[in-house]
Amino acid sequence: MIRRRTLLTTTAGMLAAPAILRAQTVQKLTFYYPVAVGGPLAAIMDGYCKAFQTETGIAVEAVYAGDYSATMIKAVTAIRGGAGPQFAVLLAAEMHSLQDQDILVSLDDIGLDADARKWLDGFYPAFMANSHADGKTWSVPFQRSTAVFYYSKAAFQDSGLDPDKFPTTWAELGDTAAKLVKRDASGKVTRWGIKMAGDLGNAQWTFGALANQAEQKLMNDAGNEVFFSQPKTIEAMAYWRGLAETHHAAPDGVSNWSQLSPDFLEGNVAIIQHTTGNLTNLRDKAQFPFGVAGLAGKNSPHTVVGGGNMYFFRSATPAEQQAALRFARWVSAPERAADWSIRTGYIATSPAAYDTPALKEYIAKFPAANVARTFLSVATGELSVHENQRVYKALTDSIQACLNGSKTPTQAMTDAQGEAERILKPYKRA
Amino acid sequence: MMVADHNFVGRSLETIGAWMLGILWLLPLLYAVWTAFHPAAYATHFDLFAPLTLKNLVAAWQAAPFARYLVNTVMLVTLILAAQFVLCTLAAFAFARLTFPGRDLLFAVVLLQLMVMPDVLLVENYRTLVQLHLVDTILGIALPYLGSAFGIFLLRQTFLTIPQPLDDAARLEGCGLLARLWRVYVPLAKPTYIAYGLVSVSYHWNNFLWPLIITNSVTTRPLTVGLSVFATTDQGIDWSIVTAATLMTSAPLLVAFLLFQRQFVASFMRAGIR
Amino acid sequence: MRRETLHAYLLLLPALILLVAFTHWPALETLIDSLYSTPHGARPAPFVGLANYSDLRDDPVFWQALRNNAIYAAATIPASIVLALLMALAVNGALPGRSALRLAYFIPTMLPMIAVANIWLFFYTPDYGLFDRVLGWFGGGRHNWLGDAATALPAMIAVAVWKEAGFFMIFYLAALQTMPTDLREAAALEGSSRWNYFRRVTLPLLMPTTLFVLVNAVINAFRVIDHIVVMTRGGPDNATTLLLYYIYETGFRFWDTATAATLTIVLLGILALTAWLQFGVLGRRVHYR
Repeated sequence: MIRRRTLLTTTAGMLAAPAILRAQTVQKLTFYYPVAVGGPLAAIMDGYCKAFQTETGIAVEAVYAGDYSATMIKAVTAIRGGAGPQFAVLLAAEMHSLQDQDILVSLDDIGLDADARKWLDGFYPAFMANSHADGKTWSVPFQRSTAVFYYSKAAFQDSGLDPDKFPTTWAELGDTAAKLVKRDASGKVTRWGIKMAGDLGNAQWTFGALANQAEQKLMNDAGNEVFFSQPKTIEAMAYWRGLAETHHAAPDGVSNWSQLSPDFLEGNVAIIQHTTGNLTNLRDKAQFPFGVAGLAGKNSPHTVVGGGNMYFFRSATPAEQQAALRFARWVSAPERAADWSIRTGYIATSPAAYDTPALKEYIAKFPAANVARTFLSVATGELSVHENQRVYKALTDSIQACLNGSKTPTQAMTDAQGEAERILKPYKRA
Repeated sequence: MMVADHNFVGRSLETIGAWMLGILWLLPLLYAVWTAFHPAAYATHFDLFAPLTLKNLVAAWQAAPFARYLVNTVMLVTLILAAQFVLCTLAAFAFARLTFPGRDLLFAVVLLQLMVMPDVLLVENYRTLVQLHLVDTILGIALPYLGSAFGIFLLRQTFLTIPQPLDDAARLEGCGLLARLWRVYVPLAKPTYIAYGLVSVSYHWNNFLWPLIITNSVTTRPLTVGLSVFATTDQGIDWSIVTAATLMTSAPLLVAFLLFQRQFVASFMRAGIR
Repeated sequence: MRRETLHAYLLLLPALILLVAFTHWPALETLIDSLYSTPHGARPAPFVGLANYSDLRDDPVFWQALRNNAIYAAATIPASIVLALLMALAVNGALPGRSALRLAYFIPTMLPMIAVANIWLFFYTPDYGLFDRVLGWFGGGRHNWLGDAATALPAMIAVAVWKEAGFFMIFYLAALQTMPTDLREAAALEGSSRWNYFRRVTLPLLMPTTLFVLVNAVINAFRVIDHIVVMTRGGPDNATTLLLYYIYETGFRFWDTATAATLTIVLLGILALTAWLQFGVLGRRVHYR
């Protein structure tokens, strides 16, 4: 097609020009990252960039672009527009789809010496789970988390439960959550027992944890097959629906992620499933004692990891790619990873960070910050397949239909499987 | 007597109804004002004696470069308005006062855009801007809207009502085409310009989807995109900060309207939008 | 070429070039794109003819989007126009405090939808959000306004009507204020009731304005999706997916540009049909002075 060729040549021309100009020295890098609430997080990131510039002379502009989904849309749009960032923090689970777009460059291709390989080995294995394909490494962890429960100790005491003992099995959780429900004189619920997010972009994370708790993986490593209609997956969906339908501990219908934190702080719900990255925010705002607990499981606790990795883009010049890699190594150094973890609540990405004095001291003062890490060994990766966003939507639609009561768990999961198989068909040949 | 009572009751009910509707319409703004000036704990509790605070406004101001977003938006809206005025005036004049082959056909072609806004053709227009290397520029945001069928339509209608003798007089004085346009038509169409200006400014001040797609960096983002980026976080919604940001970004337009509302309505009347 | 023709074309050219470049040409490109499948990375796109259209016909989400948009349009258009007219009548009369009322009705237009979407999110929050709380005083139960498929679309409709009615009110107000008062005096002399006067005189004279407002309302019913993007993202289970939102999602989140092009052609077709209906059919029944 003539138009595509023109597009490619103009893009190539446009990219070549600055490359020729900036052949050896890199003056400025741009990178997109999500999850800024403005204020604290943006300031922290800007601080890191300034420190990096002082040390290396390379200016890095950190651009916050909204949540994970918005950042991905923006980054890919910008790169396809020929004016994109050199690297970005995007969902770790998006690896296959980003590869499909042909916009990534692997770390191996940028250039990894022995030192760099040691650096890569220093990360927690759970966080590198979504980074490997074709024998190469495509991303490095940056802001990683596991799903945890935040629970109101005040509510536990209020309902006659022991605030230091948190349920670990599905059965216990259902009972506990049911007991935590508080009603007013007319029977209307004033406090729910538990809420979990079911909106687009978060439902698959909630569900990933539940499926892992039923000891079922949702996808294969190649990212071209999903297991939504397996009996254990259906069981997980039935449990989620059961929290509302059977235990009456959760409200009917879909709860939004953005609503969970305000609801929790408001006292409208006693337990929420959320990200460790919210810990510092809750600590600053909660006006009641609260605790952090690992997720439950059918027989024993399991959880899911999430969060963002740094990806590097092919459209950058080799010099820029190396500069970006240098920033990645710099910002994931143990002291900085520890600093980021303390200020946000995300899990520091390497065990070395937990040996730094700063983090040791913090955990001693605030043990709740250590809870998420202890569950890394029972955590699985987030749902990650080709055409990731499309499959997320298919799964989420079915989950929402089930939570709203318009489909049974079996029907919902079968439909999701059918839809996902249709989407993934072109990828099975490889 | 009965009729008068009936009338009074009827009118009172109407007044009360209109007022209740007015309050209902103001609710979101009232809530924004309440939440922005009270601490976060009172965002959902309407305690009359809650303490007032300016901290939310300060926090919101520092959280995102709203000043820059405001500048971007003003630049964008001004650029669009100025270009639209010029381009649409020229085109409307041609359609209204000149005869040439293909005039009616071309006017029909122009009218097609009345129903099809550039927003609908997101993907294609994005590609065009990529080829023009105008992605992530303010000109890029503005370009699809500069040729406005609505503006051409309105101005042509107004120009058609300007009495021919005035035009003839100017021609007799030796004025060329552009001079006639500038001396006779433009001044008499002032109400239309003001009315159209209001429509255009409010449309582009509020425009979200297209700027969202086209802009990537802080130096080009308008307020709407800046606000949406600001409000979506992993930590959930913080009503106090979000409403403070909302008030800050809406204030300029609100103040402008408060000051100029009489002129706006009057100009709509005289523009004869019907 | 005659000088006048040359001048005319020169005057027209800038506006026309831009118009064609960003409306007509992309529409044509979209049509062509819808006949190919989506290019992936470096692989070229094969010609598939009408395959995209038949795929679309088999896509349940597409039909849902159409259905949703039809309901959405059928609700927002009459509601915002009728409310606009009522507001204009109220503010035009001798109502106490009508300047303030006029401001109150018009304010939603000045606030970007993105700005107010979060405020509306609070209103719709279950349990302690404003609506649930007020309804609670009257004994109402809990409503998951945005999370329940039955109430999500009506909730979006309410937000849209709130945003638009004030804007249309201005047009009606201008028209009302230029209506000759002698007609009303004559009617009063004849003993005609207010309702009769309204129905027989005011309404027909307002037809041009109504047509104008109708055009804008129809365009907005298909164009404005900002509130969907912020508040529901098309959920739950596609209950609030409108056509343009589906296009945005398909084109920019899934990067399936061929399907997005196909959907756009459908949307263009709908807009063309409504334009023909409005100008062709209704336009004839409008009284101009």
